[in-house]
Amino acid sequence: MSALTFNLKIAPRQRLDLSPLTPDNLAGKQLADIERIELQCGNRKLAMGEVFHISGEDANEIVIHNSAGHTAKLDHIGSQLRNGRITVQGHAGDYAGYEMRGGELIIQGDVEAFAAGSLSGGFMHIQGNAGDFLGGAIAGDRQGMKGGTVIVSGNAGDRIGDQMRRGLLLIEGSSGDYCGTRMIAGTIGILGSVGQYTGYAMRRGTLLLKEMPALHTTFVDCGLHTLPFLNLMFQSFVGLPTCFTELEQNRVRRYAGDIANDGKGEILILQ
Amino acid sequence: MILNGVQIDDTFAEAFNMRGTRVIITAQNLKWAYHAANAMAGFATSVIACGVEAGIERELKPDETPDQRPGVSVLMFAMGSAVLMKQLETRMGQCVLTCPTAAAFSGIEGDPETVTRIGLGKNLRFFGDGYQISKRFGGKRYWRVPVMDGEFLSEETTGMVRAIGGGNFLVLAESQPQALAACEAAIEAMRQLPNIIMPFPGGVVRSGSKVGSKYKSMIASTNDAFCPTLKGLVKTQLSPEIESVMEIVIDGLTAEDISKAMHAGIHAACDIGAAGGIRRISAGNYGGKLGQHHFHLHKILGPTA
Repeated sequence: MSALTFNLKIAPRQRLDLSPLTPDNLAGKQLADIERIELQCGNRKLAMGEVFHISGEDANEIVIHNSAGHTAKLDHIGSQLRNGRITVQGHAGDYAGYEMRGGELIIQGDVEAFAAGSLSGGFMHIQGNAGDFLGGAIAGDRQGMKGGTVIVSGNAGDRIGDQMRRGLLLIEGSSGDYCGTRMIAGTIGILGSVGQYTGYAMRRGTLLLKEMPALHTTFVDCGLHTLPFLNLMFQSFVGLPTCFTELEQNRVRRYAGDIANDGKGEILILQ
Repeated sequence: MILNGVQIDDTFAEAFNMRGTRVIITAQNLKWAYHAANAMAGFATSVIACGVEAGIERELKPDETPDQRPGVSVLMFAMGSAVLMKQLETRMGQCVLTCPTAAAFSGIEGDPETVTRIGLGKNLRFFGDGYQISKRFGGKRYWRVPVMDGEFLSEETTGMVRAIGGGNFLVLAESQPQALAACEAAIEAMRQLPNIIMPFPGGVVRSGSKVGSKYKSMIASTNDAFCPTLKGLVKTQLSPEIESVMEIVIDGLTAEDISKAMHAGIHAACDIGAAGGIRRISAGNYGGKLGQHHFHLHKILGPTA
């Protein structure tokens, strides 16, 4: 069976909510039925058939083709995804993978804000750059990402992992300011540079960095250490499509903090 | 049945249902993994007074362990799950947590219907006094407990399965050194096999017991029928030329594991044969009424023996 493919044929004037585009929701439906599904676009509703050329039949393998030059206003791609795979050829908008619980979400371009927000399972690979609040909590939520694995091949914006509760967030590039703010637990790895106020109000969790950030005074230096648990962490990277798999030395400088908020988080700087 | 001049008695070993678990202990090098494992498997020869029966199953190369360090696997058996859980926690706390560079991981995975998860580092984490850190990798939770040499790392749980304890055979020889040499050969052969331990010192026990005693407080006492110095006094099982009897007790995860171990061990002992003073191989049982598993020597050794 060929993948169920959605080719964007219009440039939406408002943001378009693509949350109905999940394998669970489309399984067993005929193309004609799928074309009649309504999508919220701003304050209007558009039928799927007005927005996309649809082809293929395998609802477990969805491809969204957002060709270059088209808008990145495609929000909520992979929201509440539980199984199957969604591949986005091009860019995605806000809330990609929001409340995702399983399956795979592959985005071959950039994503905007709140990607992987409240994601609790599955695998998300952003092959371009990610916007602000990646893996973070949306306004009103008390927790951000709660599990699963997210890899960003490019850079990420500000406040990534805000109130993150669990899971693995790997950024191969750099991240902006307030990385890991109010983090509750989980692991964020960043191979590039990080901005200001890294780990601000972080409660628990691990930030694994290659470059030394400008730390504020509520992070304390705990010295150089060889930590065996990093072997386990590196082992858990095996098989993931990321250059984090090349990490092998487990010697780090450990900073504990934010001591203004319990101080049980840590920033590990790879030596 | 005769094997290389050694008479194999038409009898059986009587074994019991137990609960078993496996812990993988790693350290900076094999020496320190052994220090932790030997401490953990120490004073664990018999459930009668030790609570558990434990032993080192085998060495593990770095590529066989979760943290890529050299290690050893320890098997531990008890008559019930509550005792096993308690003993595991105690021994983890006093023998592995205390041992420099040592870390502990689950050695049994599998279907939740057959494998029960029991605490490994689950309660030891409280030693961290609030500074302990939980990390989840690959669906498993690990605890990092700050200790004076760095961090003690332990998986939260390990697997507990239904197992069997008390498989055994007796080596009857013309002299004590000959009995011991045969037992050493048997143990050497059996240690190559997975899923089993021989919990007694060096794998061999000399004080086989019978049920009951003339003393009211004793539930078991010396197996006088197999004591060579009592040959004239009691209803002995020994012929005049037998001067020493030693027993090898085997605990294993399955009946098949124990059968294979008995097969390998008896063959190794019989390889020394009558020429080396080994005269008989027998097995310990209680008439077949107490244990749920019977390992018949002739059946294990097969018709070709």
